[in-house]
Amino acid sequence: MAARIHGGAATALSTFNPKKLVAPSRTNLPAAARSSKRCIVAGGGSDASKKSLSVRHSQKLIANAAVATKAETSATTGTGHELLLFEALQEGLEEEMDRDPHVCVMGEDVGHYGGSYKVTKGLADKFGDLRVLDTPICENAFTGMGIGAAMTGLRPVIEGMNMGFLLLAFNQISNNCGMLHYTSGGQFTIPVVIRGPGGVGRQLGAEHSQRLESYFQSIPGIQMVACSTPYNAKGLMKAAIRSENPVILFEHVLLYNLKEKIPDEEYICNLEEAEMVRPGEHITILTYSRMRYHVMQAAKTLVNKGYDPEVIDIRSLKPFDLYTIGNSVKKTHRVLIVEECMRTGGIGASLTAAINENFHDYLDAPVMCLSSQDVPTPYAGTLEEWTVVQPAQIVTAVEQLCQ
Amino acid sequence: MALSRLSLRSTTFLKPSSLRRHVTTDTTPITIETAAPFTSHQCDPPSRSVETSSAEILSFFRDMARMRRMEIAADSLYKSKLIRGFCHLYDGQEALAVGMEAAITKKDAIITSYRDHCTFLGRGGELVDAFSELMGRMRGCSNGKGGSMHFYKKDACFYGGHGIVGAQIPLGCGLAFAQKYSKEENVSFVLYGDGAANQGQLFEALNIAALWDLPAILVCENNHYGMGTATWRSAKSPAYFKRGDYVPGLKVDGMDVLAVKQACKFAKEHALKNGPIILEMDTYRYHGHSMSDPGSTYRTRDEVSGVRQVRDPIERARKLLLSHDIATEKELKDMEKEVRKEVDDAVAQAKESPVPEASELFTNMYVKDCGVESFGADRKELKVTLA
Repeated sequence: MAARIHGGAATALSTFNPKKLVAPSRTNLPAAARSSKRCIVAGGGSDASKKSLSVRHSQKLIANAAVATKAETSATTGTGHELLLFEALQEGLEEEMDRDPHVCVMGEDVGHYGGSYKVTKGLADKFGDLRVLDTPICENAFTGMGIGAAMTGLRPVIEGMNMGFLLLAFNQISNNCGMLHYTSGGQFTIPVVIRGPGGVGRQLGAEHSQRLESYFQSIPGIQMVACSTPYNAKGLMKAAIRSENPVILFEHVLLYNLKEKIPDEEYICNLEEAEMVRPGEHITILTYSRMRYHVMQAAKTLVNKGYDPEVIDIRSLKPFDLYTIGNSVKKTHRVLIVEECMRTGGIGASLTAAINENFHDYLDAPVMCLSSQDVPTPYAGTLEEWTVVQPAQIVTAVEQLCQ
Repeated sequence: MALSRLSLRSTTFLKPSSLRRHVTTDTTPITIETAAPFTSHQCDPPSRSVETSSAEILSFFRDMARMRRMEIAADSLYKSKLIRGFCHLYDGQEALAVGMEAAITKKDAIITSYRDHCTFLGRGGELVDAFSELMGRMRGCSNGKGGSMHFYKKDACFYGGHGIVGAQIPLGCGLAFAQKYSKEENVSFVLYGDGAANQGQLFEALNIAALWDLPAILVCENNHYGMGTATWRSAKSPAYFKRGDYVPGLKVDGMDVLAVKQACKFAKEHALKNGPIILEMDTYRYHGHSMSDPGSTYRTRDEVSGVRQVRDPIERARKLLLSHDIATEKELKDMEKEVRKEVDDAVAQAKESPVPEASELFTNMYVKDCGVESFGADRKELKVTLA
């Protein structure tokens, strides 16, 4: 699992060889082996608390990320409880706030109002005004405050009411959040979670339909994840809060009312792992967030037409889970990326480059990337539909690639 | 004059070595008046009588001399290209760093901008760590990865060291928030300059700090020039201590170390009870904004030398020590020589220390955590060993 550091640094690591990906497809391994294998890969942290966390991974995690198709989740857990995605986020947040008194939430209207998307509903009553903070409208300042508080050991969850507003806090996120751990020589960790809804909604207009994944992806030092189901929303929220690294959790405005049954037991999703949504043989479709549902809709049509697409929800936008992706490419030899990000400099662009560089030998066709058009999102409904990728386009693209 | 001094110390006259020891450890309180009064906004100013002691004033002198020496040494190191990039020097403003330390503990937090070398020293940083960091060596306080603008000292609650003007202000209010959250009786000093005083994030942070009663003390180090722009050209209202409007403010002579001490003490008490307060420290920097700025295109040499003659903090401390018979001229000169030697030794030691290894490029990117090893986009080149 080692990679060679470019420039020949003097470390005793073996060369990363994609052909040597010995790990079989994750779908084949039983649950326990899967999670324990992950623990070995995670390595032996000498820190006791971290070790106990990885032990918890192997023992308590159920139906973990790798093969969390919807059917399997409820099947393996049996009893669970059904809830909406925003409730899952709230549950994850509440559990973490119960567990660790250092976790606090700050954002606009998160407290008394309950959150503009109800993710923090009820938390202010339960935890008080000091832990669920209603901030004035000053993204730059309250993001900076969260980061400053994190330098001392608090674990703030900073909410941007809409991801687009976080552009005002870009300096704090880039220079302070991402870089302080490095420039201080490791003295300070910044365990913040920056979360909020983004993406194209229902005619919200250009400024409220932004996808910031592409802007944040080159900030060194942060991790980015995108949730897409209630199951992974709760799991990623919990993992992000527990992580010592700054994590940006991208939610989507249109996914908040998705309903799913999730386990009663406590679970965490691995932040760096992709989710196999639908195993297949013909083509690998990589997607995340809302586009997952467009892809699954297209998959129904494709299956009727005789194709067998493998759908992977990449979830981790930085870093990419090139293991899952690589294994899939090795199997299918064709890749289609479907994303909501802009065409220029988006997540898909980076992913295309990464796949081409690493798995070029396995590809039978060029990597195709379907992304949103490079336009500000128009208000008119029909035009807005045209800016994002629709299932029909996905079907056409698959047919084209599989010729 | 000499005779009267002799008569005062007749008991120790025969033992010259104990004479020195007696002077530096004398902690009997003395009260000294500050040279200039405080001007206040929305609060009552503190008294001009400062409680101090001989030992304290002597330590002020020594600390300020050390800081001054360090900055001069950094100047020559920069000119000999051992320090690269940006180097912002603090000479002239030493009274601020030293006076502040005298009023607070190491549990109180300080956060400042890029002009941070002396603040680092004041927080207990070692000279050799400072020089190593400036020269990009492994021994440096940030392992050589931060540079001049990124000095940090976690164990002394010194939070740096920030390059972007004004970005440290919300961070500082976050520190104050964390102190309030953990119910510690500590305060945060958030330092910024007259240039940063026009940043929107200052007012955003001030609003939140006042709203939530955070123990934040915002200190405007007004050295009258925002790089090359004088305050009268950049601010409609250069009364920075009044700009908080609903937040009380105090204007302090920042070149008088005792005034700074008094103001910081007052501010700490105020912040713990009533929330944020702004301190405007009227100070001056002899060097230009940074080493690439000669400092003479926007101000006259006469102005700089005038301030140096009349307001220099080290000279003031020296005059105080001499007029109160705490030390002799020779003792102070010896002290300065010792300090100079200290600094020279530290520079030599730092020059010897090794540069970071190539593998250090990727350390401290992420904290090793519940996830697996972390990579950049392509997972081949940018592998990070989570250390």
